[in-house]
Amino acid sequence: MPDRAAPVLDVRGLKTVFRTRGGEIHAVNDVSFHLERGELLGVVGESGSGKSVTMMSLIGLLPSPPAEIRAGTVMLGEQDLLKISADQLRAVRGARVGFIFQDPMTSLNPVFNVGFQIAEPLRRHMGMTKAQAAKRAVELLELVGIPDAAKRLGDYPHQFSGGMRQRVMIAIALACDPDVLIADEPTTALDVTIQAQILELVKELRVKLGMAIIWITHDLGVIAAIADRVMVMYGGQIVEQAPVKDLFANPQHPYTRALLKTIPSLTGAREARLQVIEGQPPIMTAAPTACAFRARCGHAFDRCEVDNPKRHAIDGVALGQGHDVACHWAPVTAEAAHA
Amino acid sequence: MRDTTTAPLVQVDGLKMYFPIYSGILRRHTGDVKAVDGVSFSIQAGETLGLVGESGCGKSTVGRALLRLYEPTAGAVVIEGEDIAKLSPEALRRKRPTMQMVFQDPQASLNPRMTLADIISEPLVEHTDWNADRRLERVYELMDAVGLNRRFANRFPHEFSGGQRQRIGIARALALNPKFIVCDEPIAALDVSIQAQVVNLLEDLQEKLGLTYLFISHDLSMVRHIADRVAVMYLGRIAELSPRDALFSKPLHPYAEALLSAVNEPDPSLARRPRIILKGDVPSPARPPKGCNFSTRCPKAFARCHAEKPELQEVEPGRHVACFLYDAKPGSTGTTEAPANLRQEHNPQGEYQ
Repeated sequence: MPDRAAPVLDVRGLKTVFRTRGGEIHAVNDVSFHLERGELLGVVGESGSGKSVTMMSLIGLLPSPPAEIRAGTVMLGEQDLLKISADQLRAVRGARVGFIFQDPMTSLNPVFNVGFQIAEPLRRHMGMTKAQAAKRAVELLELVGIPDAAKRLGDYPHQFSGGMRQRVMIAIALACDPDVLIADEPTTALDVTIQAQILELVKELRVKLGMAIIWITHDLGVIAAIADRVMVMYGGQIVEQAPVKDLFANPQHPYTRALLKTIPSLTGAREARLQVIEGQPPIMTAAPTACAFRARCGHAFDRCEVDNPKRHAIDGVALGQGHDVACHWAPVTAEAAHA
Repeated sequence: MRDTTTAPLVQVDGLKMYFPIYSGILRRHTGDVKAVDGVSFSIQAGETLGLVGESGCGKSTVGRALLRLYEPTAGAVVIEGEDIAKLSPEALRRKRPTMQMVFQDPQASLNPRMTLADIISEPLVEHTDWNADRRLERVYELMDAVGLNRRFANRFPHEFSGGQRQRIGIARALALNPKFIVCDEPIAALDVSIQAQVVNLLEDLQEKLGLTYLFISHDLSMVRHIADRVAVMYLGRIAELSPRDALFSKPLHPYAEALLSAVNEPDPSLARRPRIILKGDVPSPARPPKGCNFSTRCPKAFARCHAEKPELQEVEPGRHVACFLYDAKPGSTGTTEAPANLRQEHNPQGEYQ
């Protein structure tokens, strides 16, 4: 469970810009967050909201050019990941920070068997011999619930189903026992019954291994099922951040509230008509000087046009520790929030 | 409301769609991928039938075979009294205006070199003898109907967002005043906030134009919203076909039950309830199990399930289920001798697929 004492990851003022021929795209605008030990932080947002780019910026996975990290610090323990050399960063990736990508087919190498791909980080980061690495690879495959693990080491990715491939990806990410696991839409490409299997697995592994996880998704249902804390991103900024129960019980930002309302429910009364968020998500061609959501917001007023709202705590706890929101209109009471 | 006493608009009977497998140097026909294996249902005029299931269960193939975009292997598809599966090419062509399709990927289903006006008017060029002015007038009318600004008529698909592209696809499908539209995962490629816009549009159009939909989707909460009745498919067969409210409040087929339980509700107190976690993966449709297609993963399977395939039958008024648990025929094995714990460990697909 989350430990308040020392965040394992502390990100401050991160800004990432893509330089393209059509001008700059400000994908991440002044993003700050932290991750406690053993915590599962959910990150929600639509495509283009900057959630993946933020996480890829942390560990230098973005090609530069076109990407450029303009400002910020990313403290992993005592180390600032934005200041260290490419070699040092390579020692961090895979060893201290694991990454699971959305599509398990394209992120596994089709020409190597899975045994080799799991053993690779073990040999590179832990200095294991081939035999040691193979033995550990079997343990890892068993850990993620692949039956007959020893026999399957020699199989290639195409011989596994989608859910099984994602399990292999998780095994690779866990290989070196990382402090932080970043999962970028790990279940989006999977069917619901397989997704349920993977979510169960992650819940189990968290208890067993006690690592901190950042879980990126656009599916609020998945967030509700597994996260401890949630950040909602829009236009490359964090617009709301709260413990999972607070966010769903008392959503503050108009975007969060609209998002929760557009999803039809599986239980309860069936709505005659779906609520919609009119318009399109913005394309951030410049650093924001106004609220990014104003054009689609039903509560926007003059100030939203000229002043980009800063995150402010609404429950009296220090910023980032409790429930905070970046909106001039918030806070609102729980009753009003559901009106 | 729809009239259930008249003949249904769409009547599907024993639809089978096999894709042959050829192997060896002689390319001999060695087997079939049984994508759709004996599916029957009907859709009343003005109704929306939801078709749900996981990827590979054959739901899209049903949609395509229904419009004869594939040549069905067997079975009849009667739309407005005519069997689509048996029509001559010329007759089929004349039939096309009544049945249209909205595709999943609006990017891939729009020609990038055609302007929006060209795309929407193409069906008009093919099927009417209207002159250019009249066609353009109809294009504008359709653009208004789906909420696209008329100024965009000469733009190309890449200039639009995903939601707008889906509107173009819908406008094209509507061009010839169809009665029946197959919507094949029309919102799967869209962002959550855009999905609701497209679903509302589809509902508005249905009300205004009296359309009949087959709504194919894997998104169960969206299907609950839009469909009147829902068919749940598993591995090429319909597991359960029930009215919406009945299905969502009490699914009868064990697969429907597991599928509904796997959905995460955007509410922490609901999302963390205990759920049915199915073991293993879906078997390959090229080698379906001998008995019930779901028997390899079913938590309630018993001996008979591994030997015979259950047929879809009406177990409650309006509710059709293909499962031996609900087999009421006298003399047959019922639930009484269904010891779930005695089922043999027969799950090759779960390990090696």
